[in-house]
Amino acid sequence: MLYDISLRIDYSYAAPVMHARNLLRLLPNDIAGEQTVLSRQLTVDPLPSERRDFPDFFDNTTSCVAWHQPIQSFSLSLALRAERQPPPGQFDLSPPLRALPSEIAAARDLSPAAPHHFTAASRRGPVLPEFTDFARARLRPGMTVLEAVQAIGGALHAEMQFAAGATDVDTPAQDAFAARHGVCQDFSHIMIGCLRGVGIPAGYVSGFLRTYPPPGRPRLAGADAMHAWVRAWAGAEMGWIEYDPTNDQPAGADYVTIGHGRDYDDVAPVRGIVRGIVRGAGGRSTAQSVDVAVVP
Amino acid sequence: MGQQARPAGDHPMLTDYRPAPGVADEMLGPGGRMRPVWRPFLDWLGSMPPEQLRGRFDRGDRYLRDAGVYFRHYTSDPLQERDWPLSHIPVVLHEDEWQTICRGLSQRADLLERVMADIYGRNRLVADGHLPAGLIAGNPQWLRPLVGVQPRGGHFLHFLAFEIGRSPDGSWLVLGDRAQAPSGAGFALENRIASRRIFPEPYPRDFTHRLTGFFEAFRGALQGLAGRAEGTARRFGILTPGPANDAYYEHTYIARFLGMLLLEGEDMLVENGEVLVRTIDGPLPLGVLWRRIDAGFADPLELDPGSIIGTPGLVDAVRTGGVAMVNALGSGILETRALMAFLPRICEQLTGQELSLPNIATWWCGGAAERAHVRENAGRMMIGPALATELPFELDAGTVLGGSFRGGGPASVADWVEDQGPRLVGQEAVTLSTTPSWVDGPDGGRLRPCPMVVRVFAARTPQGWTFMQGGYARIGPEGDATALAMQRGGKVADVWIMSDAAAHATPPSPPVLGPRSPAGQSALPARAADNLFWLGRYVERFEGAVRLIRAHHLRLAATGNPDDPRLWLLTQYLGALEFDLGQPVPEALAERLTGARDSAAKVRDRFSTDGWLALGDLMRTVRGMRETVQPGDDAAAAMGVLLRKTAGFSGIVHENMYRTHGWRFLSIGRALERADGLCALLSAFAVPDAPEGSFEIALEVADAVTTHRARFALETGFDTVVDLLALDADNPRSVHFQIAHLARLVEALPHARRGGRPAELLRAILPLRTRLEIAGPQDVTVDALAGIRGALGTISDRLSAAYLG
Repeated sequence: MLYDISLRIDYSYAAPVMHARNLLRLLPNDIAGEQTVLSRQLTVDPLPSERRDFPDFFDNTTSCVAWHQPIQSFSLSLALRAERQPPPGQFDLSPPLRALPSEIAAARDLSPAAPHHFTAASRRGPVLPEFTDFARARLRPGMTVLEAVQAIGGALHAEMQFAAGATDVDTPAQDAFAARHGVCQDFSHIMIGCLRGVGIPAGYVSGFLRTYPPPGRPRLAGADAMHAWVRAWAGAEMGWIEYDPTNDQPAGADYVTIGHGRDYDDVAPVRGIVRGIVRGAGGRSTAQSVDVAVVP
Repeated sequence: MGQQARPAGDHPMLTDYRPAPGVADEMLGPGGRMRPVWRPFLDWLGSMPPEQLRGRFDRGDRYLRDAGVYFRHYTSDPLQERDWPLSHIPVVLHEDEWQTICRGLSQRADLLERVMADIYGRNRLVADGHLPAGLIAGNPQWLRPLVGVQPRGGHFLHFLAFEIGRSPDGSWLVLGDRAQAPSGAGFALENRIASRRIFPEPYPRDFTHRLTGFFEAFRGALQGLAGRAEGTARRFGILTPGPANDAYYEHTYIARFLGMLLLEGEDMLVENGEVLVRTIDGPLPLGVLWRRIDAGFADPLELDPGSIIGTPGLVDAVRTGGVAMVNALGSGILETRALMAFLPRICEQLTGQELSLPNIATWWCGGAAERAHVRENAGRMMIGPALATELPFELDAGTVLGGSFRGGGPASVADWVEDQGPRLVGQEAVTLSTTPSWVDGPDGGRLRPCPMVVRVFAARTPQGWTFMQGGYARIGPEGDATALAMQRGGKVADVWIMSDAAAHATPPSPPVLGPRSPAGQSALPARAADNLFWLGRYVERFEGAVRLIRAHHLRLAATGNPDDPRLWLLTQYLGALEFDLGQPVPEALAERLTGARDSAAKVRDRFSTDGWLALGDLMRTVRGMRETVQPGDDAAAAMGVLLRKTAGFSGIVHENMYRTHGWRFLSIGRALERADGLCALLSAFAVPDAPEGSFEIALEVADAVTTHRARFALETGFDTVVDLLALDADNPRSVHFQIAHLARLVEALPHARRGGRPAELLRAILPLRTRLEIAGPQDVTVDALAGIRGALGTISDRLSAAYLG
């Protein structure tokens, strides 16, 4: 499937900011067997005084931008053409859940895809008794890792209400879970906490999801949003599997990945500083539009 | 001196010095024989009567007090300071033994460098099975943004400390490695100065290795590391978390001693991968940061987003090689307790040699065999979090010692170890050696054996690792030689590394360190300038308030009538300034001083210790007065005391401070505040229709009664008062005088003029000066005074914009 994706985000500050500096994680990369990026361009306006793109620890392309003169607003535009390969049929090659710890321990590896990075609680992906209890109740003796991931993800989807606007980008996962509602970011963080709690390495994926208009209605350009889902390590042979708890499905041909991390903090599209204080997005996002179009 | 060891029991000071069985002692070697290196010192000490000894100890304590050495206590009052707890008897070690220790630690320092390079590089140790991946990946001190980043200058580690102790068998053991931001080196210098005051004689002085060479070598290394930018040497600075940190005193001390900039995160900005210091002279490039903040706080953008003491972009500057960090960001991972379990084998793997100085025996509970060993030997172990970075004697409640939980915990230690596995580490419970410490008693006091650990500092120089020759040991309370004892109210002692001959009579280097970097201290960070400016303002504001309050109480005492119109006027005036005259020494007065102290605390490296102590004395005096002083005469007298003490502070600062830009900002603050205070005073008390006696109040508060009498031998009137307090060019308490002073101070600042033309700040001052120069008393109306105050506000704003932002 070939996609043309565009994104535009506008930010503004309450007052002009000296030496604004932001880290942007918006540029997708090729992923072997999964996606090929044919073209990508990220435009920042006003033109930053400095900009450098580099791969971060998890190999996400990170753009460091800074302005030496005061600015009060800026905008980001991404134009992307990417091909998403259809996923192979998913045979369950994962080990029984109880065998996973020894497979993790046997991985003598600290590369970005090593499971070790994703076992412990992280700031936005905490391991908490309420998550672990919820996950444990969905396990059956002898379950494989893949079965466990699907059972926990499915149960979460059934339990949680999708509610746009009920939470914001800084809402802790446990608060969204207590209220049993949230958006894709909350669903993903909760599922990550659940999986880690039962010993399954789990991480956060940011990207785009193709949306389908209601039957008989035309597709609305720009009405999409950025999306997030979960990946879990299903043993040495099967490796990473991706699952979308918001939509209760494996992340397949409808998904285009921007970045991988332990949680949202590792892949936040914009991270910035105002006067030494971190704001989730270096200011206030005033407008955001995303369009995911299939190239015929 | 090399005498044969002989039994120590006959020594007069040691009649009841009895180290516990099974514990090594620093002074008494095997068989209870005194170690030869201690014998001459003890003989000499024994020749002094107890009163003389007490007098010497007092001398050392007095030095520390006068020098203002303190460390901070983390309590509800973040600025509470505690005197430095010096144990007066040094730990004495022979230079041969010390050299052996340093050789071992040099090997260890090199090993740590290689481990660091691997953990942040290719990760061969993990791939080859010498380090468990989980120990790194799950470690909060492993900073992923720094993985793969090559340090500027090629090395990760430049300054290390090792905590070492002596085992019961007499051999030395490493208890902990400090690689994040080791503290104590500055305190070691103070220990040494104090112990020199106590024991100044040629023996022991000239027999003891000096400490200063170490600092000189390290300073040279930092200078080399900083390099040059566009032909000039780049600055280097020490990065402190700020005055609330427990070792802030040391940061200011080192900055002063080594001529480094004392920097906080907000003093710097990053542009194009370069770290720039914001100074009053514009941004200046920085080559090296000796960081005393934990790495996580260094950059909120890429590290801990909650940090408010960091510099956005610092990681980027490190990544692009724009700045060298001492030590590299991420070095805290080397302090991980569990690492000790693997270092001995890693050393053999990487170097083919054993660790020549072993570390405390450690077992990581991630392996079944290690777990079993720890379970079975729990009674002789400390068991705690594997990733903890605290030293073995800084245990918390979640730690098992001697087979049971310190804070009370799950019943079975064995189950806990089995369940928590990789999260735990077991360490052999160490027994420390004891060393003589003076304990006061009714008979004058005597030496008692107290447990100790020595801290050894190492610095990288182009010639390799160099070690501070002693200087720092921690002494625990008597009677408990487990490592735990160090946790409870310990003291600190100097450590003397002694030669057999007087080999250290002449300093190997001049007492004052070589040439300071020409631009070192002369660069004034904008934040320091801001704090000096506010210090000047706050102290002046305090003084003005004291004078007003005194005027109030003098009149209260004289009239006894609260309805007296002059009293009423003063009450109104002070009330508008939020002084509650129901309190003889109003709360708000103490608060004014707190502002001054908070500003002063941030620039302690820039003005004298005596000034700091005078400010502290002033604060204590105000607090004391608040509890005892009565209204009227008593309060007026108390205000007199405060005025004299304030004058003492101002005298110390203004008489003795070198005329740097720092002094200028302090003085600008004072001049601005004084001019403003005078304008306010005049518009309330020197107006034509003011109640009778108001002019006298104005003169009295402006300390100009005598001058007025001398200059105008006639009755006090509007014209004479305004002439003296607003327009006189020679009266330091006139508005004109202060504005003219301000103009001179500002003229001397960088960029006060551009191409000979006055810049914005000066353009706000010069017309004001001229107006005051040509004005007559009739021009000094309430409106005109309000206009001057407005102009002063503009001057303050422009000063901030030009220099302090």
